[in-house]
Amino acid sequence: MRSVPSAVAIRCRALTKRYGAQLAVAGIDLEIRSGECFGLLGPNGAGKTTTVEMLEGLTPADSGEIELLGARWGAGRDDELKQRFGVQLQDNQLADKLLVEEVFTLFRSFYRRGKSTAELLALLDLESVGRKQYGQLSGGQKQRVAIGCALAGDPDLLFLDEPTTGLDPRARQELWAVVRRFRAAGGTVLITTHYMEEAAALCDRVAIMDRGQIIALGTPRALVDSLGLVQFVEFESPDAVNAAELEQLSCLESVERRGEHYRLRIDRSLGSLATVLQELERQRVTPVGLSAQQATLDDVFLQLTGRALATENGKTAVAEPGS
Amino acid sequence: MSDPTGEARPNALWELTKARLREFAREKGTIFWVFGFPLLMAMALGLAFRSTPPERPRVALVLAPALAGESTAAESTAARAAQGLLQSPRLQTEQLSHEQALRDLARAKVDLVVEWDGDRPVYRFDPMQQRSALARALAADAQERALGRPDRLAIAEAPVSEHGSRYIDFLMPGLIGMNLMSSSMWGIGYSLVLARKRRLLRRFAVTPMKRSDFLLSYFLSRSFFLLIEIVVLLMFGRLVFGVEVRGSHALVLGVAFLGAAAFAGLGLLIGSRVENTEAASGWMNFVQLPMWLLSGTFFSYERFPGWLQTPARLLPLTALNDGLRGAFNDGGTLWQLRQPLLVLGAWCVVTFVTSGRLFRWY
Repeated sequence: MRSVPSAVAIRCRALTKRYGAQLAVAGIDLEIRSGECFGLLGPNGAGKTTTVEMLEGLTPADSGEIELLGARWGAGRDDELKQRFGVQLQDNQLADKLLVEEVFTLFRSFYRRGKSTAELLALLDLESVGRKQYGQLSGGQKQRVAIGCALAGDPDLLFLDEPTTGLDPRARQELWAVVRRFRAAGGTVLITTHYMEEAAALCDRVAIMDRGQIIALGTPRALVDSLGLVQFVEFESPDAVNAAELEQLSCLESVERRGEHYRLRIDRSLGSLATVLQELERQRVTPVGLSAQQATLDDVFLQLTGRALATENGKTAVAEPGS
Repeated sequence: MSDPTGEARPNALWELTKARLREFAREKGTIFWVFGFPLLMAMALGLAFRSTPPERPRVALVLAPALAGESTAAESTAARAAQGLLQSPRLQTEQLSHEQALRDLARAKVDLVVEWDGDRPVYRFDPMQQRSALARALAADAQERALGRPDRLAIAEAPVSEHGSRYIDFLMPGLIGMNLMSSSMWGIGYSLVLARKRRLLRRFAVTPMKRSDFLLSYFLSRSFFLLIEIVVLLMFGRLVFGVEVRGSHALVLGVAFLGAAAFAGLGLLIGSRVENTEAASGWMNFVQLPMWLLSGTFFSYERFPGWLQTPARLLPLTALNDGLRGAFNDGGTLWQLRQPLLVLGAWCVVTFVTSGRLFRWY
């Protein structure tokens, strides 16, 4: 049934797309293995959606090669190819007046093989709203219906384009569970997101995109480790902290200050954490809201681009440091 | 190839068509606008323009005081003539004073003043008013007859009040035509634009769905509602106003389908590129406006100046109305209706071919 685990599900080489003067995708190489969950990570406008839509065959590439499930677009077998993958598009709305189960039956009818409406409702935890109209669902439920449509043809490969943007944390968790279930059955997933924690939670490998290019690629762990084995100590302090003296510590790499907010980058060991805390105590600083954190993919993005990928309420703002 | 669950694979065309039917039927507003509104309009216009006999012209009779006193003298010419006027069934005559009669004439309360002064009547009226001219002719006739003028010809009158020549008989086919225009154009064009705006077309384009199935489902669902629309309006016209189809019902249906197809083509043309619903509404109204004005739905376009009639005849709604009226009221045959049918066919070909070239899924 499924392809062999080592096989390649998606391969593209030197993929480019230009919109007017803007180079939306500037020569991308990717190789996504079957059974893998691969994340395309980056801020809005990084070229993630354009890349995915070129792979899906929705947007013609200006140049480059695409191989999807061993086939190429435009080779006369496009409909065969479309039988084998499912898509959730960004900003896609289905007909408001149709019941969820009617929507599933409709999408099921496009595919030769597939899952029954009852199976889809169960897979997506939507049994309780199967007889509700799509227009009356919550954002999270609508997104799961969209993924249900993508799964209606029992695909080998699933494309998800920012599936959790604008969803609350609980709805996001529910959606992640659906993706994990699909993967557990052997499916391949290509997901775009601007939530670093989403990529870390779901993906085997991640490519970080910025301005149409892939600027880093690897497992989330390896990407984080590429920063060096560091952790961050954050706190607020109304008392002045003597940064110069802090920087004398050998375990400390940098001090970042925004008003009363401090962020120290130190070696990833309990010993260095203790050293820093002792130094703060020596300076008679009383830190408020002290926390120690491992580095995240956000830090990787910051390190690579010099910009923060701050995510708030589902909106991505790329902030210049120190602003 | 087989479904692992053993369930039969649903048919895509049927599912798409059902989805269209459901979306339409579950939209509260559309049911009213497609079915209720034309019925209300037919009701209102049918009652407003109900055929009533024309009002008889009103005549004010003024007799000089001297004559009035003599009215008992049966031999008096004026008295006999006045009697004729007062008894004429074709006129409403009342006797008024000179001043009152002139005042009423000025206010158009009467159409004619007949004033006897001496031995001849004076007819006062506005010759620009049709009814005044009629009143003058009828009054003269009534007075002459009263004085003994014989008729030289024995005239036989054959009053015509057949069904099929009343205003409502003219109106019903036009209302059906107009209804087909708006429901076909909106039903196809607007919903395509809406589907494009919601990126639904794009979503379908990444499935193996056959694109022909998708477009065909629009036409199947429209045809279904078209049948209902026509049956509802026909029944209404027949039950409420006694409007009957004098030609063949099959021809009425054929003309209606061809007309609806032409408008579906126009809707498809608008829906083939437009991306937002506001622009779609604008285009719909822009395309329909000349037809509201020129296609003779409410009043015959044959009253328009000659140079306007040819372009008016080329509009699809005019052709549809002419075709429907031909089949309804004149009992026309397919051959007699060839001109409007050709116009509709041409609209179909042009709009479908152009849409095929222009249509964008995303």
